[in-house]
Amino acid sequence: MKIKLVLFIVFNIIFNYNYVYSKNNNLDLHKQISKNIRCIVCQGQSIDESNSDFAINIKNLISAKLEEGLNEEEIYQFLKSRYGEWIVYKPELNINNFILWILPYALFIAGGFYIFTKLIKKKKKININRY
Amino acid sequence: MFLKSRENIIRFLFFLVIFLLLFFLGSIFFKSLNTTKIFVPDKLIGRSLPDFTAESFDDKNKYFTKNEIFNEKKYYLLNIWASWCGPCREEHPILIKLSNDHNLELVGLNFKDKKENALKFLNKSGNPYNKVLIDNNGSVSISLGAYGVPETFLINEKKIIELKFVGPLKNSDYKKILKKINYKNEN
Repeated sequence: MKIKLVLFIVFNIIFNYNYVYSKNNNLDLHKQISKNIRCIVCQGQSIDESNSDFAINIKNLISAKLEEGLNEEEIYQFLKSRYGEWIVYKPELNINNFILWILPYALFIAGGFYIFTKLIKKKKKININRY
Repeated sequence: MFLKSRENIIRFLFFLVIFLLLFFLGSIFFKSLNTTKIFVPDKLIGRSLPDFTAESFDDKNKYFTKNEIFNEKKYYLLNIWASWCGPCREEHPILIKLSNDHNLELVGLNFKDKKENALKFLNKSGNPYNKVLIDNNGSVSISLGAYGVPETFLINEKKIIELKFVGPLKNSDYKKILKKINYKNEN
C-alpha cells in the first residue's frame, strides 16, 4: 500500500513537472517575460497587457536584449538594476518578504499534519472498538 | 460570573480574535487611504550612472557614450524632455535659470520627438542645454531607469546620481539643486 502511494506521488511529480516544463518552453519567451514585468505607469497591469508608452519601450527593449543573446534571468536583472525589484511580479526571497513565501508552505504542512493526526486518532479509535 | 464556564471563555476568545483581526485589517485600510500609490523608481539614486550610448541631436551619425558626455569634473543635470510634453514647457524657465550657473552643465535627452518640432521648441523657448542627445525609441531612458518625460537627474563629478526628479522641476527643486552644487563647490 505504502509503495503504491510513494510511486503515485513520485510519478505525479515527474509528469506534472514535465508538463509544466514543456508548456513553458513552447510559450513565446518574449510574451513570457513581458507577462512577468509590471507596468509602473499603469499599475495593476503587466507590460504584456499594456499599450502605454512605457510598456512599448520595455517590449522593444526585451526584443533587443533577446536579440543580443541575453536570457530571461539576465533581462530581469537588467530591469531590476534600473527600476528595483518591484518591476517584476515574482519577487525574490528576502528578509522583508520571507513570511509571504513561507506561509503557504507552512499552512500546507500544518494542514497536512492536522489531517494526519486526526486520521491516526480515528484509526486508533476504530482499532480499540474492534478489539 | 460570565467567564466561569469553559464555553463562555471560548466564546469570549473567539470574539476577541475576530475583533482584533477586524481592527488590524481596518487600521491597514485606514493607513493606506493616505499613502501615495505613485511609484518612483529610486534604485539608481546614490549609484553610478549606468552606461549608455545616445545619438547626437546635431549630427545624425555621431554617437556619444556616457564617458564622452560627462567628461568634466563638474555637476551635470540630465533632463529628459520632448516638445510634445506639456509639463516640459512648464519646467523650461527653471532649466533656463539653471543654465546660468557656471558650476552646472545641462544635458538634454530629447525623448521620442520629431527633430523639427524639438528645434522649434528650443528656438522659441531658449536652449538651456550644453549638449542635446536623442532617444528615438526610449531605450536610453530605460537604461537610466526613467519612465516618462520630463525626468531630471543631478549627476556629480564622480558620475553618481545624487538627485532624481520625476515630473516637471518646481522652484523647490531648483533650490535643492543650487544648494547641492554650490555647497559642494564652496568646500
